[in-house]
Amino acid sequence: MSFQEPELDRSPRVSDEVRKTTCYMCACRCGIDVHLKSGRVSYIEGNRDHPVNKGVLCAKGASGIRQVTAPSRLKAPLRRVGPRGSGAFEEISWDEALGLAVQWLGPLRARAPEKLAFFTGRDQSQSFTSLWAQAFGTPNYAAHGGFCSVNMAAAGIYTLGGSFWEFGQPDWDRTRLFILFGVAEDHDSNPIKIGIGKLKARGARIIGVNPIRTGYNAVADDWFAITPGTDGLLILALIHELLAAGRIDLDYLARWTNAPCLVDETEGEEKGLLLRDDLGRPLVIDKATGEPAPYDRQGLRPDLGATWKGCRTVFQHLAERYLAPEYAPEAVAERCGIAAARIRALAGLIARTAFDEPLVIDQPWTDFRGERHAAMIGRPVSFHAMRGISAHSNGFQTARALHLLQILIGSVEVPGGFRFKPPYPKPAHAHPVPHSYFMPGRPLDGPHLGFPQGPEHLALKLDDQSPARIDKGFTWENPLSAHGLMQMVIPNAHAGDPYRIDTLMLYMANMSWNSSMNTGAVMEMLTARDEAGDYTIPRIIYSDAYASEMVAYADLVLPDTTYLERHDCISLLDRPISDPDHAADAIRWPVVTAERGAHAGVRPFQSVLVDLAGRLGLPGFVTAEGRPRYADYADYITGHERRPGVGPLIGFRGDGSQTGRGAPNPDQIARYIANGGFFTADVPAEARFFKPWNRAYQDWAVTMGFYDQPQPYLFQIYCEPMRRFQLAAEGYHERQPPEHLRARIRATMDPLPIWYPPFGDAAAAGYPLHALTQRPMAMYHSWGSQNEWLRQIHGHNPLYLPTAVWQAEGFRDGDWARVTSPSGSITVPVAHMAALNDHTVWTWNAIGKRKGTWALAPDAPEATKGFLLNHLIHELLPERGDGLRWSNADPITGQAAWFDLRVRVERAAPPGESEPAFPPIDFRGLQ
Amino acid sequence: MTSLPPPPAKKLGLVIDLDTCVGCQACVTACKGWNDQGHGAPLSDQDARGADPSGTFLNRVHSYEVTPPDAAARIVHFPRSCLHCDNAPCVTVCPTGASYKRAADGIVLVNEDACIGCGLCAWACPYGARELDAAAGVMKKCTLCVDRIDNATLAEQDRVPACVRTCPTGARHFGDLADPESAVSRLVAERGGYELMPEQGTRPTNRYLPPRPRDRIDDEAPLAPLLDIRPAGLAGWLDRVLGRL
Repeated sequence: MSFQEPELDRSPRVSDEVRKTTCYMCACRCGIDVHLKSGRVSYIEGNRDHPVNKGVLCAKGASGIRQVTAPSRLKAPLRRVGPRGSGAFEEISWDEALGLAVQWLGPLRARAPEKLAFFTGRDQSQSFTSLWAQAFGTPNYAAHGGFCSVNMAAAGIYTLGGSFWEFGQPDWDRTRLFILFGVAEDHDSNPIKIGIGKLKARGARIIGVNPIRTGYNAVADDWFAITPGTDGLLILALIHELLAAGRIDLDYLARWTNAPCLVDETEGEEKGLLLRDDLGRPLVIDKATGEPAPYDRQGLRPDLGATWKGCRTVFQHLAERYLAPEYAPEAVAERCGIAAARIRALAGLIARTAFDEPLVIDQPWTDFRGERHAAMIGRPVSFHAMRGISAHSNGFQTARALHLLQILIGSVEVPGGFRFKPPYPKPAHAHPVPHSYFMPGRPLDGPHLGFPQGPEHLALKLDDQSPARIDKGFTWENPLSAHGLMQMVIPNAHAGDPYRIDTLMLYMANMSWNSSMNTGAVMEMLTARDEAGDYTIPRIIYSDAYASEMVAYADLVLPDTTYLERHDCISLLDRPISDPDHAADAIRWPVVTAERGAHAGVRPFQSVLVDLAGRLGLPGFVTAEGRPRYADYADYITGHERRPGVGPLIGFRGDGSQTGRGAPNPDQIARYIANGGFFTADVPAEARFFKPWNRAYQDWAVTMGFYDQPQPYLFQIYCEPMRRFQLAAEGYHERQPPEHLRARIRATMDPLPIWYPPFGDAAAAGYPLHALTQRPMAMYHSWGSQNEWLRQIHGHNPLYLPTAVWQAEGFRDGDWARVTSPSGSITVPVAHMAALNDHTVWTWNAIGKRKGTWALAPDAPEATKGFLLNHLIHELLPERGDGLRWSNADPITGQAAWFDLRVRVERAAPPGESEPAFPPIDFRGLQ
Repeated sequence: MTSLPPPPAKKLGLVIDLDTCVGCQACVTACKGWNDQGHGAPLSDQDARGADPSGTFLNRVHSYEVTPPDAAARIVHFPRSCLHCDNAPCVTVCPTGASYKRAADGIVLVNEDACIGCGLCAWACPYGARELDAAAGVMKKCTLCVDRIDNATLAEQDRVPACVRTCPTGARHFGDLADPESAVSRLVAERGGYELMPEQGTRPTNRYLPPRPRDRIDDEAPLAPLLDIRPAGLAGWLDRVLGRL
């Protein structure tokens, strides 16, 4: 056939208009360019100017176009008309819905504000929702960190003054060795991928430490197929090797950490605390004089090896501990599933990369003691970790161990290492402490969440020392539960322990499905009735944009908009999106209008809260005359001041020219829109490294409004607040733990990092395998992830079995297995995977959906073959014969120990559908 | 049968780095999103919320497990789309002239007005790179985003295929593989970029960069202890360590 090319339009107009806003397809918060044709979204791509993603976008982000048109969207407020869990609703007007909410909440606030429990899930407005709860007066508020990654966040704050992801990141442009622990595809998605791309482009080395070799581990140069829950042991063995060889950064330790601080060794109530002067400043021995001096004195040269009046330095305590033979590679190899020679090889690689390949930035700077440094010396080794090491009952101490390793090689806040993102660094003592004192009709006495410095900051009632919070956060069971324990709210509310509540209000939290442990039992708790026939949790208010599993269990549903139809602020008061060289914040704004059709329509939940606050007369949300102060959330974003001149957004304050501090500017949101939906402020060149000790940084942070005076501090290798809890357990505090917790507090609240077996290992004898979940990169944290494009990529989740198990049980392709844990059993499809730790099975999390939800067909694979491991995980550990039920959680923070799960696997006859199967939810009244 | 043009002076194509691709699927949905509203018929989805959803994608990422006999098992993520072959069997097999290769830059395209949806080209393609759209009844394939790469309404830096613009790890590169001095040609030379299935004689334009060697930590020397700590004790260790300060 003759060859003739058709004429093509090579320069078609792409769209009518591009509107720049912030993605919400996961927690990453990338900038997006939303293209519109005829007023409808036609294409979404990454914003090239945005500090988070610099133009790129992940699979979820580009699929956001299908969120707006999803048939699972709610269309109007709903009132339950059938039994809870049935799905029978009637649409009501917004006036009725808000009237009902006020009718429920108003009397509660007047009589017993603690009877409202308000918990949010994938909420990106926590500085606002927490303020609302504080104004309401309930102590019962938290977001989802308790079942997510609080170990990582809290260990970082207590040790370094920041952690991974939102707090800091590897120096991607300079690091030469990057070591990744555990699953990390779940948070900070695009920045890590951009970073890995940079490392790959220049041939830097990547090491993966993970039982499963998928995702980022698939491109790692080396893979350590570690046994789950033993990361801390591996890290302490690396520390042992580095110490034994003397390959640690002594100058860094002496100057910037509490390694030279003296530990009180006299018996009594101060034992194990740091020696301090009369002003409370920790003491070190000055090498020049041999005399004690406060740590921050000008010209001081701290002595790591000093002993004074029988008290030794933190450095000597740590050396004594980690040089012990129990941390030698040979001693840990079998438990970690990693040969001793490979551990030694990794220690060698770390030391040589950190110390033998100079990395110097010619940038003079001045430290907080007044010493001028000619240059910035780097240590190009960096680390990252998130849920993998965090979601174990030893996760807090493991995360502390990882931070200790970074500190010992001097790689934190130096070129090539780990770098903080403003407004971090910020040490634990500069954060609030928890507040839980409530009174009828009054706001709470302060922010709910914080960082206790000792038992005096626990959330215990003053009269009887019982838990003040429904989730028992900040109690002796989990003293440092900095993010609360969302996973315990429903079980505790159902049990009336520590007390009964009236109304449970949830936002974007699928607590009747994938966000709860022991899912089937939680459904029963949500529908349980007392002797009078009333629900034991009397009222449930829920806000969601989609017909999720949780909607079915609500009495009142407040339908939310999608992220493209609302205002939001990504605030430095909240979970920031800065990078190490820029403070950054951003907004969302309605780039399209939610279509109402013949329905009452949806409203952004934050604006609904503003409305409710006005109707309820919550302090801060009403004027002196009692009228609503803010018209909606956008009005709050521009008008609210946390401190005078400091509000949710740092850009365009005052007359529009002020940054950080300045009066509220009514045009602020318009200025953000004109600027591409975000704002950045450069960290000055001299302030870009050594931030906790760098005068230029500290001064800049004050001008920006992060804090009101410079607050340099030392890294807390030795964590004194933990020692204060140990002292209490030893009898030295007016607040005393219950007897059954004394031994555990003494053992686990060690002020130097330790490792102990995950609590789940107690079941190892009958359950030889570890069971894990990961979320695929193309779905993680994507609310409403049954997106029509994404479910074609990830619609199935078999349980992946390692070769040894596959062969031993004689599995074949297409087989099913019964998977049993100490608390339950499921029957599910299986698949073989060789790139897996020999004792580990895993699946993709939250692919499985309940029939009838998310507008999926009843025979959708998510509802027939999909499954949750949650059915195998109880919120309490199995009975031990001591008459007590211990939480399946980290004993320090209360983080849900999802990854402690132990199972056994047997071939099973295919049941047709995954088991357990639950009756379909018959949503009625939604359309 | 449709004829191929003479070998083009310019050969636009992709270089895909298998050492860097983490299998995140970003390129898959960016491609779907762009081409759903771009050149030619939209990319439809069938049974989108049902038991067996299937839609048209011009680019898919597959994950393969590699189990070498003497090393740890590995996963390789493999993005797959049209390779824009010089000797494109999908073009020569086309009965209507709908399938064609552009003389100027070598891009293989489908003229949807002339496509009868017979599917012969998909059978002829050894790479499985073509998909018949069930709604439009026409053959769809990677166009290298012909409506982007020369688009004067876009900023210069955006005149690349959507998959390349979005790739978070920078594993996808676009350029002229006929020009030995182009960035993509240099990458291919440096990293040993290879053709897919050369035995097929299709002479693809796209190249894949192979994964770098893995699992060589055992070559790293362990650290030498400062001293034998058992006789020296902690005090001996401390003296030795701090003596170096």
